[in-house]
Amino acid sequence: MSPTVGVLALQGDFEEHITSLHRLGADTREVRTEAQLSSVDSLVIPGGESTSMAKLMDVYALREPLRGFARSGKPVWGTCAGLILLARRLQEDRPEPLGTMDTVVQRNGFGRQVDSFQTKLDIVGIAGGPYLALFIRAPKIVEVGPAVEVLATLEDNTIVAAREDNILVTAFHPELTTDDRVHEFFLAMAAEASTR
Amino acid sequence: MATEKETGTFQVKTGLAQMLKGGVIMDVVNAEQAKIAEDAGACSVMALERVPADIRADGGVARMSDPSMIEEIKLAVTIPVMAKVRIGHFIEARILESIGVDYIDESEVLTPADEEHHVWKHDFKVPFVCGCRDLGEALRRIGEGAAMIRTKGEAGTGDVVEAVRHMRTVMKQMRRVQGMGDDELTAFAKEIGASLDLLRQVKTLGRMPVVNFAAGGVATPADAALMMHLGADGVFVGSGVFKASNRAATIEEASLRAKAIVKAVTHYEDPAAVADASRGLGEAMVGISARSISAEELLATRGW
Repeated sequence: MSPTVGVLALQGDFEEHITSLHRLGADTREVRTEAQLSSVDSLVIPGGESTSMAKLMDVYALREPLRGFARSGKPVWGTCAGLILLARRLQEDRPEPLGTMDTVVQRNGFGRQVDSFQTKLDIVGIAGGPYLALFIRAPKIVEVGPAVEVLATLEDNTIVAAREDNILVTAFHPELTTDDRVHEFFLAMAAEASTR
Repeated sequence: MATEKETGTFQVKTGLAQMLKGGVIMDVVNAEQAKIAEDAGACSVMALERVPADIRADGGVARMSDPSMIEEIKLAVTIPVMAKVRIGHFIEARILESIGVDYIDESEVLTPADEEHHVWKHDFKVPFVCGCRDLGEALRRIGEGAAMIRTKGEAGTGDVVEAVRHMRTVMKQMRRVQGMGDDELTAFAKEIGASLDLLRQVKTLGRMPVVNFAAGGVATPADAALMMHLGADGVFVGSGVFKASNRAATIEEASLRAKAIVKAVTHYEDPAAVADASRGLGEAMVGISARSISAEELLATRGW
């Protein structure tokens, strides 16, 4: 059986992730409950409002199950809000992140919506030329632990994509474009994990 | 190596609306209400001086809110802050852009400043959301640069009937488009006053080219779940959270209702969860039946 990719569907652009994953032929499932989480082999935490998602995670008692999922070694990919929620610590006092990746993150690191931008990036492990990346009220990774591999930076060396073992994070939104190379990269992580 | 950063592109503007999907945007009139909304899980707040129910009751000219009031709300929360401008009032829009509002609602809830022209929204770096009653109106606004659409409904009534009518109309028209050939699309573009190009996009995508929320009269968790079932990407709630019966809701009541509506939107496909969200909310806003409103007092007919 091919591994099932879960997409956390509390709020945000989970549909866009599912559309991208379907283009690549992946089997996907929306995850809103602990039972649904336990039925998937990898998980995408989509873009959205990290404050709203964190609140909903607590209301629906998903915080501990999500931590357990990430610590079990199953692949997890956080885009934007997902990157924030996976961090060890935020520079702001809220929301409380899951603390499953050794990063320190600054929310809205580039400013407000009028400062949101797009740019082309080279990403380690992703062949085929520069990748069009959309940054929407995006966070910045301001500190990484020794086990974290930096996958992409902006010209000023701001870290915008990184991986620590089974956890992948991007500050931008591959799900908002039709360039599916980052989704392919994550599916390869998922396939590798399922053979272990 | 990264290249130049480009701000204010259409994709960057529509992208923020995509982040709000599956969420609830709540009208708030001060920092305290904004915090209640954020705590309840709202994905954004709409900062305005009076909720639509009060604008309706007070009468007179309704304008953009005081920038200092919007700034106070911006400081109180970390979720995106939206604010309204009068239809066609591009200077109010420039003011909101300059104070760093995240989204501008060019709204029929305020008294229109121009009965012929809407704001040319492509010229702004800040994204706009606009109201519609049908697909033609939606595509005209998108043509002008709107990066997000909401069906108008009839704001400040607590009566969901117009929100349902507008959402049903949009969805029905989009379904019709799916089966049309190019010649029929051209005729339909003429009929509904939409650009052929955008109509073609609707056919290819099988949906609106931008995010489409429901608004105008959504008062209860059941209303919110209904709009999600009809195809809304998310919901705007105006007077439904901070009004109870015919008075202002207490903090506890408002917080309970706000959480309940958020839950109903997240779990709209699960009737038991919506039932759970509907329990013990106290008396909902009294509301006004949209049918009892005279033609000149309707808000939805403002703008075209």
